[in-house]
Amino acid sequence: MATEATAEAGKAVGMPQLDFSTWPNQIFWLLVTLVVIYLVLSKVALPRIGAVLADRKSTITNDLAAAEELKQKAVEAEKAYNDALANARTEAAKIIAAAKAEIQKDLDAATARADAEIAAKTAESEKSIAAIRDGAAAAVAEVARDTAVELVTALGGSADANAVSAAVAARLKG
Amino acid sequence: MEGELALMGKYIGAGLAAIGLGGAGIGVGNIAGNFLAGALRNPSAAPSQTANLFVGIAFAEALGIFSFLIALLLMFAV
Amino acid sequence: MATEEGSGLAIHPMDQFVVKPLFGDGPIQWYTPTNVTLWMAIAVLAVVALLVLSTRRRAIVPSRGQSVAELFYGFIHKMVEDVAGHEALKFFPYIMTLFMFVFLSNMLGLIPMSFTTTSHIAVTVVLALLVFLTVTLVGLYRKGLGFLAMFWVTSAPLALRPVLAVIEVVSYFVRPVSHSVRLGGNLLAGHAVIKVFAGFAGAMGVASVVPIAAIMAMYGLELLVAAVQAYVFTILTCVYLRDAVGDAHH
Repeated sequence: MATEATAEAGKAVGMPQLDFSTWPNQIFWLLVTLVVIYLVLSKVALPRIGAVLADRKSTITNDLAAAEELKQKAVEAEKAYNDALANARTEAAKIIAAAKAEIQKDLDAATARADAEIAAKTAESEKSIAAIRDGAAAAVAEVARDTAVELVTALGGSADANAVSAAVAARLKG
Repeated sequence: MEGELALMGKYIGAGLAAIGLGGAGIGVGNIAGNFLAGALRNPSAAPSQTANLFVGIAFAEALGIFSFLIALLLMFAV
Repeated sequence: MATEEGSGLAIHPMDQFVVKPLFGDGPIQWYTPTNVTLWMAIAVLAVVALLVLSTRRRAIVPSRGQSVAELFYGFIHKMVEDVAGHEALKFFPYIMTLFMFVFLSNMLGLIPMSFTTTSHIAVTVVLALLVFLTVTLVGLYRKGLGFLAMFWVTSAPLALRPVLAVIEVVSYFVRPVSHSVRLGGNLLAGHAVIKVFAGFAGAMGVASVVPIAAIMAMYGLELLVAAVQAYVFTILTCVYLRDAVGDAHH
């Protein structure tokens, strides 16, 4: 294969890598290329990219600091809000307690008044009940005596008014 | 060197030299396999060792490339 | 291109690597603009487009192009810092240059009919030698003769140290060889294999769906290889650089 290739013009003769006549040419252009790339990189590209990266880093750091600050502020605001809320709560509790006490006082007074009235009414009622009861008891004795006299008369006896009264009184007592 | 015999010797030599690449293959596989075994044991340490992995593979491979070069030299340059 | 009439199955996987003059057909002098020049220039333009044009708005919230540029920057910056140490960050532009050049050359080389500059040993050898010389000179400059202490393994028994020193020195000088051949060889191999399959496809008629499927699979693998080899080249540069600038813990 290789021997056939060598016969042909313009084709590879053996390994082109080992064709030392082209080495100076390659080395020269390689050095030129390397110098150009080195200059481009060291003068333009690398400082620029490095600056961009540093910029970004500082921006991120600043942003993080700002975020931290905002967070601090938010925490403070929350604390203030909680404080206000707690104050409002105690205030409300105080107002409620005062209102409750007020109401209790009114309630107590009204209750006392009502109690007094009820007691008066009760006493009055008891008095009238007692009167009625006495009245009723007297009436019962009267009716019983009359009934007894009638009964005795009807049975054909002669009713001694005094004896009947005594008997009825004794019965009523018993 | 001229003649059929020299040509034959050249090709046989090139073929023999190419066997050396198999050794490089074994070496590279050995390195990669052992790296993987180690990485599975301790995955957290693996990323820090990839550079060593590639350096090791490069050293192992270079020797194979030498024999490849000998094969090429026999084929095309002798 | 891969097959020719009359000679049966003739595959020329190496044709794609031939260095040709862009204009005319003359001999290649050191200054001749060749296809090497063309594809390196395209790589430079790609670097400019990727890292300069995309970031010209300098947006705090990046666009897609700027995100990619920042991704490359962050990736290499982190690699240099992690692997080579904080001291090595002044070599960051240099390492970034190597990475961008190798990465983009590898990727541009995967465009069909293109020319892969990094598949040439000439290119990778120069890249690797630059790294080797940088590491050696910086090491000697910063640590003086103390740099040589890395060859003298104090953690080993005294009797073994001279032997280890020889091994260390040899492995130190083999570094640029393996560093360059790894990159060049990987790309050369991948592109040659794709070309060989393409040659099969040309000769097999209807059955060529099989090599075409194989080419697609290889192409996926080559995308991976192109990225990984650029990564490996760069990380090895960082590893070597650590010897020169980092704390001596070799």
